Amino acid sequence: MTPPRYAVASSVGLRQKTSQSRRWCFFVGTSDKTNESQSLLTLRVHGRRAFRLARMSGLKYRRLKPSAEPGTTSVLSMRQSPRTAPPPLIEVRQLCFSRSDEPIFGPMAFALEAGEVLLVEGANGSGKTTLLRVLAGLLELGEDAGEILREGVAAAESQQALAFLGHASGLKLDLSPRENLRFTTRLGGLRAGASIHAALLSVGLDGFEDTPMRYLSAGQRKRAALAGILSAPVALWLLDEPYANLDQEGHVLVDRLLETHAARGGAAIITSHGMTSPAIRGIRRLRMECHHE
Amino acid sequence: MSSPLGDAFFGLLARDAIGLWRRRGEVLNPVLFALMVATLFPLALGPEAARLARVASGVSWVIVLLASLLSLDVLFRSDVEDGSLDAMRVSQQPLAVLVAGKILLHWLATAVPLIVLSPIIALALGMPRIGVSTLVLALLLATPQISVFGACAAALTASLHRSGILLSLIVLPLAVPALIFGAGAVETVLVGGNPAQPLFLLAAGGILAVAFGPLVCASALRMSAS
Repeated sequence: MTPPRYAVASSVGLRQKTSQSRRWCFFVGTSDKTNESQSLLTLRVHGRRAFRLARMSGLKYRRLKPSAEPGTTSVLSMRQSPRTAPPPLIEVRQLCFSRSDEPIFGPMAFALEAGEVLLVEGANGSGKTTLLRVLAGLLELGEDAGEILREGVAAAESQQALAFLGHASGLKLDLSPRENLRFTTRLGGLRAGASIHAALLSVGLDGFEDTPMRYLSAGQRKRAALAGILSAPVALWLLDEPYANLDQEGHVLVDRLLETHAARGGAAIITSHGMTSPAIRGIRRLRMECHHE
Repeated sequence: MSSPLGDAFFGLLARDAIGLWRRRGEVLNPVLFALMVATLFPLALGPEAARLARVASGVSWVIVLLASLLSLDVLFRSDVEDGSLDAMRVSQQPLAVLVAGKILLHWLATAVPLIVLSPIIALALGMPRIGVSTLVLALLLATPQISVFGACAAALTASLHRSGILLSLIVLPLAVPALIFGAGAVETVLVGGNPAQPLFLLAAGGILAVAFGPLVCASALRMSAS
């Protein structure tokens, strides 16, 4: 992998040379703990200009009490201001959906940042699948049905791909998992560092790579579909009932895949009818209620 | 980062070609159907060669048209049912191009064997040899538009559990011009005329269908899926 051309600054430090001096050192770091020696950019400035620079950087900074001893650090700042934070991977506002004048769900609003997993819970018929299909852009929204933003851009104009796994796996029964994944990755691309073989191994399909899907069990087909999601070069996963048909070991597998994806800076929205409870750290929950009386 | 369009297009062709190969028995169905119907005509009309020869070109056309309807029904239905249409729509690739790939493969798998078979059927029914090359040429020009119209109808009925007669009801009226000009071209040759005019009209219709058909087909699929 080539190193990034530029790093994203997430903190700004201001350091007074001595408690009496009006000279400040302005530096930019990539983490809250950045000190002057790891700084990406250091400017030695005089007096108020340091604060102006810090303000212009758009990052929130806070000057701590100057330390008593001259010559030691007094600083500092940190915390990203909301203005420069990257927009959420997906955000919905006032979203509602109705099919031939019968309301299915909504209005609802939520935003999902990188690293988050959202579990959509609800009874059968509460509109979980419909919500996921709407978010994936498979169902058209009517007038005044709210809006969906993908990384700050209206979903219809967004160039960002996503991975969608519905009730049907999207895989051909006549083909083997390996052949199916070859098509999936030619259609949507392959994530950097991923390979079809590794994806199939990691979902536990070793030994079944070349068996036609027709001869695999429902759980194994689900695993093959998950391997396809896993190798897609996308940040946002939309998984409808990822736990369905899977055994206990499979549940753990899905939890692990989701955690890894979140740790990598991805996000996922998954649905469940409430029988399974995912063991994922920091999972957010959204409850959907049935509309009909 | 999605993959290049060409990669997606040929990936789809490769996937569907493997699927067709695994179900190659089904692919033969239209050919067997055509052969069967061709043998029924002499039995029904009687073995009188002159009478058969008079209807041979028309009968060949009707057989090819009906046989190419046979495999249309499953063209998109399997993709709708197993969710791979969703996968294609979610990918950032233009659906019309992917649909064009599917139509191309359908034409290769259904129409091309029928075109190869058509001289044999026509000659067996006693059509004069002079008409054979025109028959093949006219079929080459007419079958792409029949495939495209068929695909549009298949897209419209893809979400129905069984399309039954509906598919034929949509396709046959659309295919009538191709049938008239195609059979007309062969008849013109048989009476010693120049078939250029009907053949050009067939070609024009084919170009129009191939250029705009996939777009129509893609929006029909979007419509029937939501």
